[in-house]
Amino acid sequence: MLEIRDLKTAVEGKEILHGLTLSVAAGEVHAVMGPNGSGKSTLAHVLAGRPGYEVTGGSVTYKGRDLLELQPEERAREGVFLAFQYPVEVPGVSNLYFLRSALNALRKHRGLEELDAMDFLELAREKAKLVRIDEELVKRSVNEGFSGGEKKRNEIFQMAVLDPTLAVLDETDSGLDIDALRIVANGVNQLRSPERAMIVVTHYQRLLDCIVPDFVHVLAEGRIVLSGGAELARELEARGYTWIEKSPEGAEVSAS
Amino acid sequence: MTAVASETTPFRALFEERQNRGERPDPPWLPVHRREAMERFEELGFPSTRMEEWRYTSTASLARAPFVPPVPRNSHAVTVDLDLGGVPTSGRIVIANGRHAPALSAGAPPIPGVRVSSLAETLRRFPDRLAPYLSQVAPVPGSAFPALNTALFEDGVCVIADPGAAPASPIHVVILADPDGARMATHPRVLVLAGRDSEVALVEEYRGPDGADYWTNAVTEIVLQDGARVDRYKLQREGRQATHFGALCVEQGRDTRFADHSFSVGGALSRQDIEVRLSAPGAECQLDGLFMVRGSQHADTHSRIDHVAPHCSSRELYKGVLDGSSRGVFHGRIVVRPGSQKTDAEQSNRNLLLSREALVHSTPQLEILADDVKCKHGSTTGQIDAAALFYLRSRGLDQAAARSMLTWGFAGELVARGRRDLRGCLEVVLREGLPGAAPERAA
Repeated sequence: MLEIRDLKTAVEGKEILHGLTLSVAAGEVHAVMGPNGSGKSTLAHVLAGRPGYEVTGGSVTYKGRDLLELQPEERAREGVFLAFQYPVEVPGVSNLYFLRSALNALRKHRGLEELDAMDFLELAREKAKLVRIDEELVKRSVNEGFSGGEKKRNEIFQMAVLDPTLAVLDETDSGLDIDALRIVANGVNQLRSPERAMIVVTHYQRLLDCIVPDFVHVLAEGRIVLSGGAELARELEARGYTWIEKSPEGAEVSAS
Repeated sequence: MTAVASETTPFRALFEERQNRGERPDPPWLPVHRREAMERFEELGFPSTRMEEWRYTSTASLARAPFVPPVPRNSHAVTVDLDLGGVPTSGRIVIANGRHAPALSAGAPPIPGVRVSSLAETLRRFPDRLAPYLSQVAPVPGSAFPALNTALFEDGVCVIADPGAAPASPIHVVILADPDGARMATHPRVLVLAGRDSEVALVEEYRGPDGADYWTNAVTEIVLQDGARVDRYKLQREGRQATHFGALCVEQGRDTRFADHSFSVGGALSRQDIEVRLSAPGAECQLDGLFMVRGSQHADTHSRIDHVAPHCSSRELYKGVLDGSSRGVFHGRIVVRPGSQKTDAEQSNRNLLLSREALVHSTPQLEILADDVKCKHGSTTGQIDAAALFYLRSRGLDQAAARSMLTWGFAGELVARGRRDLRGCLEVVLREGLPGAAPERAA
């Protein structure tokens, strides 16, 4: 579904990703881990098409198309979803109205009939229940005055409504206490499906106790330096990130 | 000075003609005020941009060609809907081309204790009730146009609320322009007398056709006697080529509460001058305003809140949304007189620029002559937030829809601060002012 080859990305003239290669198939959950500053969030944002993230080399193919050619909204309409690390507050715009407009933009793109307010409300209620988000929260202005946990839960709620084929979760666990983390992870697990791929970007192992990935990749200095199964995450938790620099791959990174 | 004198000359001629004809229902005390006002207008003349109060707003367009007095309209086929989007009201009174138009007005069951009628009629029937107030509240120092209104107004609306009266729904006042090709100037006048402990909500709506070069020069005077509460909604929906000047003068007694909600979307050139006097302890005022301009529209708000008495509070929130090469001016002055201790005043002006060519001048001013007061003011001007724009786009909304939604969110705060039953109607006005596709319902 997603083929990232030798991707190089610069932000404000500074190259952050130095040639990242990653292949993700439908139904898989990939965890991307790594120390602060390794380029995890840059990867998430460049996949969503954030302006200012300049691709300086490599390619990203999504469902056989060049993803990098598409505007952010076109990516969303093609089924790409980014759960933000810092969801933005949009005062004065209700969550429900925003989400219905977004969903209808997606549906229109796919040749489906737009949902009216009543039908959408029914869908939103069902999804709110699925990800266990308070219905009152859903009706308020987008993220305005939400706690950190509420914002993250709202991201997962949006993901449930928009039903993406590729979901990128950017540090969805950051700033969450353990209960909030479980609720969010449970929501994500509910949304796992054979048609959907997920990239879970995280600094900590603890999220991966709840969302067990099929693959774990370690990102260091803008490259994937180590890949493995779920057990790799536990090893990272036990040993930290510094040992990677001593491994053969790590040595190469340090040398570059 | 010759140039200035020649600009005012046609208005003097009109004034003399009307006074000599003596067709007005003026009670004996009124011509005295009118003559004084005419002299003040001539003395001040059309303002130049060298005057501080008019530094960013030129009135040169008014002097381009002479204005003609309006032709009265009553049952003329009006193409605009005047029913406030179906919101239940305590009746509608329409002033068309400066005169009461009973055929366009819509009666409601009489409201106990509240009299809504044409100003001319009230002057005829109850002149003594109006004598202490009409043109007594209004003198805006240094501004020629309210004086011109006093000299020339023919009619308008008078609302008198008896002590304790409290109609449940708002009174709807429509000031309609139907110039029919003429370059017409009207000077409509609104007077609201809110008796002790009365509660009145008023929608003052200005309407006119696009494409017509006319001038509305309105004055609204509001008097709140002790304990009264008045909520005024001003919907400025003049035609896109029109000039709208509106002065609001408010006199507040003890423990009164006045709120103004001003929505300005129309007019090539619009200017409002607001003067609120908090004259007795316990008076509170809230001035909310939103202007949305695009193209080459120019919108100017000058407000002055005068803390005459101690223990009063004022809150002011003005927002501007500017697109195209439009211009906005916000000048907000808060005066705290000597001895007005425990004054609590807050003022905020926030502007959103949607294009690089748009420009806004924002000048908040505090003049504090007492030492035990709480005063805050602030002004911000910015563009659409890039992070928010990306957030919305990442969910599938295109650039235009995302910008529109963010603009709506910015402006919608003023709608949310209004009465629940009027919000749908306020959203309609917002949609008129919002460039591009507007959401059908955002909140």
